[in-house]
Formats: sequence, C-alpha cells, structure tokens
Amino acid sequence: MGMTMTQKILAKSAGLEEVEAGQLIESNLDLVLGNDITAPVAIKEMEKMNVKGVFHKDKIALVPDHFVPNKDIKSAENCKSVREFALKNEITHYFEVGEMGIEHALLPEKGLIGPGDVIIGADSHTCTYGALGAFSTGVGSTDMAAGMATGKAWFKVPTAIKFHLTGKPGKWISGKDIILHIIGAIGVDGALYRSMEFTGDGIPYLSMDDRFTIANMAIEAGGKNGIFPVDERTISYMTQHSKKPYKIYEADEDALYEEEYSIDLSSLRPTIAFPHLPENTKTIDEIPEDIPIDQVVIGSCTNGRLEDLRTAAKVMEGKKVKKGLRCIIFPATQSIYLQAMEEGLLKTFIEAGAVVSTPTCGPCLGGYMGVLAAGERCVSTTNRNFVGRMGHVDSEVYLASPAVAAASAVTGKIAGPDEISK
Amino acid sequence: MKAEGRAFTYGNNVDTDVIIPARYLNSTDPRELASHCMEDIDKEFIQKVKKGDMIVAKKNFGCGSSREHAPIAIKAAGISCVIAETFARIFYRNSINIGLPIMECPEAVKEIEDYDEIEVDFDSGIIYNKTKGTQYEGQAFPPFMQKIIKAEGLVNYINQTSLL
Repeated sequence: MGMTMTQKILAKSAGLEEVEAGQLIESNLDLVLGNDITAPVAIKEMEKMNVKGVFHKDKIALVPDHFVPNKDIKSAENCKSVREFALKNEITHYFEVGEMGIEHALLPEKGLIGPGDVIIGADSHTCTYGALGAFSTGVGSTDMAAGMATGKAWFKVPTAIKFHLTGKPGKWISGKDIILHIIGAIGVDGALYRSMEFTGDGIPYLSMDDRFTIANMAIEAGGKNGIFPVDERTISYMTQHSKKPYKIYEADEDALYEEEYSIDLSSLRPTIAFPHLPENTKTIDEIPEDIPIDQVVIGSCTNGRLEDLRTAAKVMEGKKVKKGLRCIIFPATQSIYLQAMEEGLLKTFIEAGAVVSTPTCGPCLGGYMGVLAAGERCVSTTNRNFVGRMGHVDSEVYLASPAVAAASAVTGKIAGPDEISK
Repeated sequence: MKAEGRAFTYGNNVDTDVIIPARYLNSTDPRELASHCMEDIDKEFIQKVKKGDMIVAKKNFGCGSSREHAPIAIKAAGISCVIAETFARIFYRNSINIGLPIMECPEAVKEIEDYDEIEVDFDSGIIYNKTKGTQYEGQAFPPFMQKIIKAEGLVNYINQTSLL
C-alpha cells in the first residue's frame, strides 16, 4: 500500500521499509528543540534519568525566546538554567540574546532543518518545518527530555488529509489567509491526530515564508504536522541557508488520505479569525460593521519573517498609525531585524508611529511587550486568539495577515489593505 | 488502578491558555501552577476541587500550546482523571508522559453533570456514574501506553527499558 510523504519520512526514521497508519514506531531524531518555558522542565526531567548527558550535542537546539530579554526574576532563573545546561553539555546550537530569534524562524534560517528530517520540539509550533519537507511536531517537556537523552521518540503513524491547492493567490493574499481559510473550513480539531499534506499546482506561487506560515498553524487545526512537497523554491532556500545533506521524499501515488480538500487560491480573500478560536473566520468582505481596535501586533513565529515585514511596510509607507492605537512590530530573528533595517522597513514603521521590538514571543502569548487590558481589542499576525491569550480574560484577539494588520493599524479598525493603499 | 471523585464539566476546545495562562509560565513549580489551574475559564475551580475529583470535557481538550505545565497543573490540583470526547494530541502525550490518567469516552461526557460522583477503572476502561447509576465503556490505553502509565511516566519507563 502506498505511503504519504509523512509516512515515508517516519518509516525511514524508524529504519523500516514500510509503515501504516496507526502503527507505533520508535524514530531516530535529527533535532530536538526547546525554549525558555519548556526546556527548564525538560532539564529537570532529564536529571531524573539514568543518563550521563545528551545523545548528541549537535542535534539539540536551545532557544530562549519566549520571555527574553528576561522579563522578570523567575524568567531570568529559567533562562539561567537553560544556559548552564547548554554550557555543561556543550550544546552547539544554543542561541543567546543577541544571536537568537523566535525559534521557528531561527532554525530554518540557521540551516538546521532539511527535507526528510524528523524533528521534535517542546513548542507546539514546531510543525513549522514541514514547509521544508521535514516531519516536525510539537511535544511536551518530558518527550523533549527523553529526546535529548536518547535521540529517539515514539510516534503513532498518522492518517492524513490532503489539501490540493490550485491557482494563483490574489495581490494581498498570503500564507496566513490560506491557513486561516483552511482552519475556518475544517475547525480547530479538523485535523486532530492527522497529518496535513499540501499539494497542487498552486504551491509554486507560495514563497517559503508563505509555506512556513501555513505549516506553522497546522497545530491550530489539531494537526500532528503539516508538510509541503520539496520543489525548486525549497532547494534554493536550502542552498542559501544550509550545508546539511538532505533527502527528498515524495508521497506515493496510491497513498491513502482520509479526506481531501481542494482550495482555489485565486478565490481567497483577506481572512480574519474572530475571538476566541482560530476557526471563527470571516473574510474582510463579511465584516458587517466597523470594529475599532486598540492594538496591532505584527510578528511571531507565524508572521515575523522578512516578507511579512515588507508587506506591512508597503501598506504603512507614508501613513500614520491611528492616534491612540499601539502598533508593535517584532522581527522574528536578529538577521531579519538587520535586513529590515537595511531595506528601510524599520524607518517606515517608526516614522508611522509603530514601535519595533527585539525578537521575542512575548506579546503573542500575553507574556510581556504588549499585554492587553480588559475590554481591549488587538489585530495580530500571531496564531492563537483563545480567551485571555494576549492578556486580560476580557480582551480580544483578531488573527490576520500582515497586510490586514498594517491596514488596521492605520485606520484604527479592522481593515483590508485595499482600503488604504489605493 | 481506580480513581474516584466528583465531576467538573466543561465544553469544547478547553485550551492550554485557560488551563494555565502564560502569565504564570515563568514558574515550573507544580503547586504554584495548580493554584492558577483553570483560572481563566472557572475562577472558583481551585477552591472547589478536592483530591480525586475529575475534569469531564467535550471535544479537543487541551488544544493549543505544548506546555506540559497544563497537565502538571491539573495533576497537582488533585485531579485523578480527565475524561473527554477527544484530546488535543500534545496534551494527550504529555498527560501519559507525566502520569496523569486521561480517557476518551463521548457517551460518558454526554451524560455526566457537574458534581456527579464518578468511578473510573483504568484497567478495564469502565467509567461508572454513581450518582446516576449508569456505566460507560471508555477507551483503554493501547498496551504500549499502559506500560508508560504503569511505570508512572516516561522517565521511569526509559529508566526501566532498553531505550537508552
């Protein structure tokens, strides 16, 4: 019986010729990832294991990115424990403030991920790397600890959903609109336990940044992973970023999919997820009345990449952030920050009255750097809009693309880019 | 292995942000995390809950973040079992890995009401509603996961097996 792309990669990682959905396997891991929230718990768990050290110092990535630069004393203690562990175990890929970035933007940029890899990360958005044709999935701290100690993880081979993407997306339509559209269609548990396999003649139109955004939010549909086929764009990205050897896997023609969806990218409109679930989507044309907002956040592991910042800058150029509204922009990595500076994007943002932050996950999860008060509304390019996600339990988050977020910052209400950049 | 306690019922998509809000993630102390457990969905939860009580919820319990702090907070709050129609997959893994018993059983979820007295037998998968006198058959864990749970979590399992 044929295998999906995910199943083929998993079979290889377990040293098997073939696997089938539902089978429990033990995979060899190419990379184990943790951050300043999850790694401290993993480090404590690893100390309870009868092991001398980590399985491979080059195959672990530790990225303090959630609450750094340290937001308070407790966060500082957590980061300290990660730093000490990294030094003691001579972890090659430990990224200190100054060289770090938001983990899921950073690791591909640093060339640590390649097609065909199997990666676990103690962060739910680890599924981002499926954009490069890798199998990657989020786990908790104990799985991370076991992964660091043994280089292995157990998986149940998932069944799959196929998303056939066709056509060319319109001017302002980005990966964010595509994935919000999909989550709106299948729901926040629509892909529960399953892999989301993207395919179709629309994929060549999607930049790597678009694909990272789409794979990143597979978890918001409950998916185990999201994965893209490897094409010329992927190979060109790898050539630019990595010296790692990699192997390309393709789905068998007779692979089994539990469900199939066909999406015409040319028909999509800017899409916004209303509170308090990513599945509560409306297109920009379906918003019945003005929704005034208090804050705009542009950044995160979902939408803090260069292309996202370029789009936001294009919309905001020569405009001003609406009086009384806070617009917070956070480039996802130091390298993106620098490039955005060189291209003049940061100048555009600052002149428009936005604030530009160091890379951090802070505002996305209501940690710091943009926490909301009771009754406040935020349009955000992040990935979750659960109750209390960005602050007070009575605040609201509307998820959108960088183009919509930037237009909303200028108008002070939820707005599409066409409304201001005619 | 059995558990016994009162039910606290919730709806669909109870996410990790309401189970343990990120503003408390600067701590890794189970007791401190437990003191804020379910705070953003049920303010009185932590005052009401007694050791042995259970959480009963609908679809996709534990969706969202990979934070193990969520099952850790629930376990440290005294919850003996979470019963749901379905669980988000990372939460499912994390619960098994830290030794928090969980069970999928849509029939039980449909009928159980707040404060019903529930008894769960993990070996057979039988859920007994003492208040209503009804019985439901939950999904017992596959053998591989039972081994991890019997070892009281992945760390002990690894220490006992040849994974290393």
